[in-house]
Amino acid sequence: MGKVHGMSGQEELPEMETTDVSDLQLIYSVRDTLVEVTLGVRENYDELVRYLHPKRNPSAEEFAALVTTLRGLSGAVSYIDPAHHDALLFALSRLSLWNYATVVMDALLELIVSLAVSNGMYIDWCLEMLVKHFVPPIYLFDFLKETNGIEKKNKVLSRVHAALEQISDLVPLAPLRLSPIVVQKMPKSCKMSEPEIVMYVENMLRLESGAIGEIVGGTMLPALVDRLIELDVGIGWDGNLQEDVKCIFELELEEIAEFADEDENIFNMSTTDMLNRNNLQGNKVAEQLDSLIVLIFLHLESCQSSGRIAEVFDILLKSFERTVLNAYKSKFTQFVMFYACALDPEGCGVKFAMVLTEMFGSDVNPPITRMSAVAYLASYLSRAKFLSSALVASVIQRLVDWCFSYCMLHDVDMNPQAHQVFYSGCQAIMYLLCFRMRSLVDVPRLRMQLIKMPLEPMLKHKLSPLKVCLPSVVEEFLRQAKAARLFMTSESFVFNDLLESDLSKAFGGTDRLDMFFPFDPCLLKKSQSYLKPHFVHWSRVRTTYDTNDNDEDSDSGSEASDDDFVDGNAKDSIDDDMIMGVEAGLDFDADLNKMSITPKSMKYGFVTQMERGMRMPTRI
Amino acid sequence: MEGLKVSKANLVVYIHPSKSRQVSNAVLRELSSMLFAYNEIFDGIVLAYDVNSFDKCARILPGIYPYFGVKLKVNMLLFSPKPDMLLEGKVVKLTHESIHVVVLGFASAVITEKDIRKEFVYRTKHGQDVYASKSHKRHVIKVGTMIRFSVKSFDEEILHIYGSLVPDNTGSIHWLDKNLEVVSLSDRSTKKRENEGQPLMSEKDAIDGEPSSFDTVQKLKHSKKQKVRQES
Repeated sequence: MGKVHGMSGQEELPEMETTDVSDLQLIYSVRDTLVEVTLGVRENYDELVRYLHPKRNPSAEEFAALVTTLRGLSGAVSYIDPAHHDALLFALSRLSLWNYATVVMDALLELIVSLAVSNGMYIDWCLEMLVKHFVPPIYLFDFLKETNGIEKKNKVLSRVHAALEQISDLVPLAPLRLSPIVVQKMPKSCKMSEPEIVMYVENMLRLESGAIGEIVGGTMLPALVDRLIELDVGIGWDGNLQEDVKCIFELELEEIAEFADEDENIFNMSTTDMLNRNNLQGNKVAEQLDSLIVLIFLHLESCQSSGRIAEVFDILLKSFERTVLNAYKSKFTQFVMFYACALDPEGCGVKFAMVLTEMFGSDVNPPITRMSAVAYLASYLSRAKFLSSALVASVIQRLVDWCFSYCMLHDVDMNPQAHQVFYSGCQAIMYLLCFRMRSLVDVPRLRMQLIKMPLEPMLKHKLSPLKVCLPSVVEEFLRQAKAARLFMTSESFVFNDLLESDLSKAFGGTDRLDMFFPFDPCLLKKSQSYLKPHFVHWSRVRTTYDTNDNDEDSDSGSEASDDDFVDGNAKDSIDDDMIMGVEAGLDFDADLNKMSITPKSMKYGFVTQMERGMRMPTRI
Repeated sequence: MEGLKVSKANLVVYIHPSKSRQVSNAVLRELSSMLFAYNEIFDGIVLAYDVNSFDKCARILPGIYPYFGVKLKVNMLLFSPKPDMLLEGKVVKLTHESIHVVVLGFASAVITEKDIRKEFVYRTKHGQDVYASKSHKRHVIKVGTMIRFSVKSFDEEILHIYGSLVPDNTGSIHWLDKNLEVVSLSDRSTKKRENEGQPLMSEKDAIDGEPSSFDTVQKLKHSKKQKVRQES
């Protein structure tokens, strides 16, 4: 390739800022070279392609030749024809921005942008090429942790995103083509290491918040949520509930130990727990999921500060309805919704509750969706520290109204399978009241509202929800109701500390929605620290029969104190935050051993834990 | 500008039974899914729709999922550039090799150097790249200029237009209008055309290749009154 070669040979780097004339000459020579190929003359072309091949340690001359060639090509893009110049395109596709200095980066990106806008058929190729740069080559990851590496990362990624925006400016429909490419190229979790997928997701979120976010945002976030779900269900311990309850419980203990300052928690752990903890620490999928959730949390925070949270929440809500809601026992993904709600309690927080309530009430939805929705609703309202008691009361009112009118319409005997939606509604009400009853009865207005609700006729109806719902929930509810003097049950229920019964299994169906409490404590280490300030742990809940105001006392106190059925102390200052004693120094750690309790069949031999005062099913 | 037309369409939209409670929403969603994509049946890109009326009675299809067909009458705004039509757009990038244009804010068009008539030469004026006419000093195309160009071909899949500035009646709209002494009319219509996208020229002009701007404007006025609506 005489002309180009001649020029690049003579020019050193500084001279590349040449005048227009030589730039034009360069472009013309490249153009001629490209045209010659169609006539069968390939000599110059082959040489030109050779300049583009990546070299290990390029000399100054090779470096200059590369830059010159790239610049020449960007001036002659309309002469590039995939039929004749496939070798050239292949060589270009092998160039990686991560391996070059900024001069080459700029030249290459200029070429990519020119190519993308010159001809419709290259646009996908160019977008793919840019998306490929979201993740650096594997050997660079260690380098990226250093200061220089971070600088490099910023240089590359800011250029890649700028190029994407530039293409979108010139080809307004390009973002529509970009979204499927980004989703498709998303690394498969099994093949990629954690830093790779994390970096890719960082870029996805950057696209979402960038200039073209309006168009691609609607695809990025749902795709991300789908990926989370994929990882979520990939974590071994959810496949078979019967088998896995045990593992979840142990993981929970593991987390307790991670966060605990007090030694007692560690002491409480059995040897198997310790072993299990070690196993789970190595759980790559869980760690990956954890990192991704944290990334999304941070993204949500930035959305909140830029005032976009409502908009982003709507997208998340759609994707929640589509995938998360009906995913079989999704364990962590839903906390993305929880955190978004926590960031904007008045807007998103209330909206989420309302949407779930409506989904439950709307008989167009299939029963399984309605049951999931109400399980989410109960768990969300119980666990969200940021929601007002008034909101909780209004939701309970709606649920009770629905259930009561169902009772009126169905004057039949108990049948768990036939009335599963009704039973799930009743269980949700009871579960919710286990957590919130004290905070409701302490406010006179809400107490009146609660007393006026037709709870008693509903629960004593022939459909016998008290017999069908999870015994552990019913038992705790009745205990609190009795203490609060909500109503008196004439029938006595003897559950013998059973956490589930055959009847509850029957209404829960094969998916065991009777034991589904989606917002039970998140066990992922990093995510948990974000959720902590917004989350209510069972150990922190003041029950109606709990006379102690001091959490520490009640925790260390014996079970006997729980059996004093006394109304809540009227002198207690009640605010919307129903959790008492959450002080800076006093974290939930001390109470975790008593906190989230997964209902388990006694056959697993968890009698000891049960006896330690774990009454509430809070973790499935 | 050519290539835009309003068509009346009689459609049957099939709705999933689960959407039976919100038929009108489902219908709109179905129609929206056609936006900004080339549709062979309509022979154009659907830019907007306006549902005139829909039948209260729907036909239920037999089958496992009883989809039901709702009959609609819809007005559709279609964009279907054909070779030799005159389109208008804004220049977004200009290099020695090509002029990049965005038409109607969504379709990208490129005019390569070989399709720019020799009258225009590439120059750098005050640090800005321009294509300036040799014969008319004031006829300049730069980034931001609205230009009129003719269509060479159109890629339906990616909605990419290959344009040409070879015909004499192409170039900067501002200059063309001014120099054919119908300034006031054209200026007004230019703006309106951009916003409303009405069918502005009859096809005959485009085929003839060189309608004078005056003719164009006359016809514009005419067509505005008549609003040619074609059955699709």
